[in-house]
Parts: sequence; structure tokens; C-alpha cells
Amino acid sequence: MKTSLLRNIFWKRFKRNKIAVIGAIIVFLLFIIAMFAPLFSPYNQNDIDRNHILEPPSFKHPFGTDDLGRDVFSRMLYGARTSLLVGFVAVGISTIIGIFFGSIAGYYGGWTDRIIMRFIDIMLTIPTFFLILAVIAFIGPGIWNIMVVIGLTSWMGVARLVRAEFLSLKEREFVLAAKAIGVSDKRIIFKHILINSLAPVFVSAVLGIAGAVLLESGLSFLGLGVQPPTPTWGNILTLGKDNIEIAWWLSVFPGFAILLTVLGYNLLGEGIRDAFDPRLWEAEQG
Amino acid sequence: MDIIEVINLKKYFACNQSFWGVKRWLKAVDDISFSVKKGGVFSIVGESGSGKSTVARLLLRLITPTSGKILFKGKDIQFFKGDSLKEFRKSIQIIFQDPFASLNPRMTVYDSISEPLKIHRIVHKMEIKNKVVEILNKVGLQADILNRYPHEFSGGQRQRICIARALAISPEIIVADEPLSALDVSIQAQILNILQELQKNSGISFVFISHDLRVVKYFSDEVAVMYLGKIVEKAKTEDIFNKPLHPYTIELLSSIPVIEKHKDKNFQKYNEKLKVEYEAPDIFNETSGCVYSARCNKKIEICNTIQPELKKIEERMISCHLF
Repeated sequence: MKTSLLRNIFWKRFKRNKIAVIGAIIVFLLFIIAMFAPLFSPYNQNDIDRNHILEPPSFKHPFGTDDLGRDVFSRMLYGARTSLLVGFVAVGISTIIGIFFGSIAGYYGGWTDRIIMRFIDIMLTIPTFFLILAVIAFIGPGIWNIMVVIGLTSWMGVARLVRAEFLSLKEREFVLAAKAIGVSDKRIIFKHILINSLAPVFVSAVLGIAGAVLLESGLSFLGLGVQPPTPTWGNILTLGKDNIEIAWWLSVFPGFAILLTVLGYNLLGEGIRDAFDPRLWEAEQG
Repeated sequence: MDIIEVINLKKYFACNQSFWGVKRWLKAVDDISFSVKKGGVFSIVGESGSGKSTVARLLLRLITPTSGKILFKGKDIQFFKGDSLKEFRKSIQIIFQDPFASLNPRMTVYDSISEPLKIHRIVHKMEIKNKVVEILNKVGLQADILNRYPHEFSGGQRQRICIARALAISPEIIVADEPLSALDVSIQAQILNILQELQKNSGISFVFISHDLRVVKYFSDEVAVMYLGKIVEKAKTEDIFNKPLHPYTIELLSSIPVIEKHKDKNFQKYNEKLKVEYEAPDIFNETSGCVYSARCNKKIEICNTIQPELKKIEERMISCHLF
């Protein structure tokens, strides 16, 4: 019986879930690819080669070339960087905002809660994608704008989740005991309640990354996301759409990459959720 | 000297019954008064839903009363603020019923017990660890559990840790909200012994909330019997057990299971098949009559219309038209 017992049980449960492990492997590989993109890529991702336009996959160009003769494989590797960056930063922003509003609403209740929740309801009535399009139309496309805008428009789910956790946890006896001891509100919120509600927040963040990656690809596909020549899977797909009849490789590879990424994060997120489920823990120790 | 005095305390919870907003009030605690002597043990007994736990939470100032006052050493706890509130928090502690819910699952034993020490700056930083070990020894636990998490312990051990946490700041009074009811019978005895020792050796006053009359009998000086938010009878422990007057007290005493061989003289006479027409009490009780009238087997005409006052009969307080 060591102090890290909680972690041990988590790992034991997680490892047993094969599909979750596959998700973890996919996500891990994406990290490696993104981190070492310069090492893996055979060409500079932006080098134009007018003599080899729209070439199908070959040994020289494993994923073929695009309409400017750029190596699609190299561009895809760098695209992984973009999607990872956008996913993490956007979800980071939305999670922090969500935790902030959710914990205030849940802990203090009353009018604070009502105002925040109605504001969230209003935010949820606006279709996120079109809101993002409208905002981008004003402030202009660009990778940082995209990340911030996605973050600012997708925190409502986290806020609701955190609020629900707070509502149930703040009535729990250990929180009442902390109040009886005279622990400050701030410390109760962080040390006693928030830390016990992080598991579902973490799961929703992992699942949220999948959503953010998809959103970024969609925006880039429409030309409103990350701007060329910076490679992203979304803007490679755009080229694929333009040349769909003659260059299948421009659509298939980035499309597959997006699918794999979203799948990977979803499997990982669900695996973590199952492994975290405390109801199954007690039985585990039996 | 009274350490705590409760005067006409009421706590009503609003329950919105319908969309159109006709509010119904759940009278969890309805006009109760009692006092706890310094160093004494005051027990509150009653069945589920009688408002016992609400009283506990009110005493700790975890919820605010609808009306009435709670005086701590003569001062209204509602007006405590800043330093005086901190001083109050340091003087009164609570032990909860469910030891599985009353420890933060992400905090080690050391974190849980040292937290009150740090907040109230009881001892110097360097001394905290020694102090925690000292307190753990008091409740019969060893130092080797300091870095372990609550889920690694049994119910009895967790309850000891909860007691240790309550003891950390050497409170003058501990409110124990059914501290035994979630534990095995053999463990109950151990925990009860710990509480009893504390009360005798450290002079800590107790408000002991329970539905188990056997435990109350051994532990307390004075007993208040609650039914649907009201105190129906309040007396010295001997009086309640030797000569219960209120029909509800008699019902409670007769409900104590007795093994044939070891019949306790005191309980025996009430155990002779007292038949009570059981009816789950209406928690929204809105009749003007006695709260217990729906179940009472000695009901007379007046019980249906008028709630009896709590009056003094000999040494006790009782709320019944029969007396």
C-alpha cells in the first residue's frame, strides 16, 4: 500500500481497456510527429517545385505533391504541429474560462449562479461555427486569432460540468467539515472541491481537443483558418477539393489524418473517463 | 455554566411545489430551545427526518437559521465575524455520520489533520508533524498512516481520523452527528469509548445526535427527543429511561431490540409489544394539532386541533396534552 495507489488503480484500469490504449498510442505518435517534424520530413514543407506538380504518391514523394509541387508528406507533418497547437491552446483557454465561471456559479449559487447560467444559455444559442466565422471576418484569419476565438466560444460545456460537480461536492461532508474548521472560501474551492472535480474536466478537455482540431480544419478548409503557406490539414484538403478528379491523394491523406486524430483523442478521453470512474474503484479494491 | 444556549431556533426550507410558485415550507427545526452545560453531554434523539442533523449544522453555523438564536458562551453566533468567527470555529467542531464522505479523498491523513492546525496556527510549523502524530495516538492510530489516503481505510479507522481532525484544534465542544450509525456494532463500541474518554479526560462538551437509544443511555447527561422538528420531551437521561412520559419517547424505547436472555430491566417493560400504528410522518406537516397526533396511541380530542406547549413537569420538559 503506497501513496500512489490511486494512480496505480488508474493505470491498471486504463491498460486493460485496449481501445483506450490504441487511442493513447495514436495521440502519442501525433506528439512525436509534431515534435520531430523537421527530422522526419524529406523536403522543406514550403519548397515549390514547378517540375513535379500534382504527382501521385511515389518513393520520392510518399503522399504525392500538390499543385505547386510541394511535398504533401512534409506538409502533413508540419500540419500535425498546427493542429496540435490549436487543439491544446484553444482547449486550454476554454478550460480555464469554464473552470472559473463554473466554480463561481456552483460554489456561490443564488444570483451569481443565475446570471452566469443564463449567460451560458445565451452563448449556447449562438451557433459556434458561424459566430467564429463572423468574428474571424472582423479580426482577420490567423493561427492565434483562431485559437483564441475557438477558446472563447467553447467554454460553456466545461463551465456547466464544473458547476454540476461543485453543486454536488459542496454539500459533501468533507467540505462542510472544512467550513467548520474555518478554511477560507478560496482554499475550499481549490483544495477541497476543484481538485475532486478535475477528472471529468480533464476528460472533457481531451475530448474538447478533438472538437478544436476539427473546427480548425474546417476553418482552414474554408480559407478562414490558418493562412497559407503555413501548412495545415485543412488547407491541404482545400487543394484536394479543387483537384479532386485528378489528385485523390490531396484529399485522402489529410482527411485520414484528421479522422485518426479526432478518433485518437476521443478514444483516449473515453478511456480516461472509464478509468477515473470512482464507482468502479471500490469494487476494484474489494 | 452553559456553553451553548439555543433559543426558539427555527429552520424552514422552502420547497417550490408547483410551477405557479405556491411555496411550501419544510419545517426542519421548529421552535426548539435547549442548552448544553460545559463539560456535559447533551443528546438529541429522534427518527430520520426529525431535524437532528439540521440542528447540528445550525450549531456549527454552516447554515443560517430562519429565526431564533444560538448563543455560544452568551454571544449570538450569527454576529461573529472575522476574528470572533475564527475563534468560534476554533471552539466548536463536528463529526459526521458517514466517515466515507467526510474526508477529502485527495488529501492524505496528514493533510487532513494538519489543515486545522495550519489555519488556526495552533503550533509552530516545525511542530506540526509531532502534533499530528500525538493526536492520532489519542484516537488509537499510529504514525505510519500519515501518507495514506482515506480510501485505504475501513469505516472505523476513517471515523477515528475524523475525530482526530475535530480534536486537532482542541475544541471546547464537539457536535457528533450520528457518529456511530454507519459503523459495525463492534467498531461502534470502540469509537464510543474514544468519545467517552475524551469527554472525561479533556472536559470537552458534546452534543450527541443519535437514533440509537442504547448508546445515548450510556453516554449522555441530558436527552431531548425530537419529532418532526420539535422537541417533544427533554429530561435527564435517567428520567427519560426510567420514566418516559411522552408517547413518542415510549415508542422509541419500545423499539429497542432486546435479546431474550439479556433483557435489560429498564427496556423490558416497554418492550412488551407496544403496537404502534406506523404511519410515515408528513414532513410538510401543516395540521394545527400535535405533530405526533397522527401516530399517537393515546390521542384525545384536543390533540387534533392544538399543538401542546412545551411545559415543565417535575424536572423535565414535555409537550403533550396528557400531562
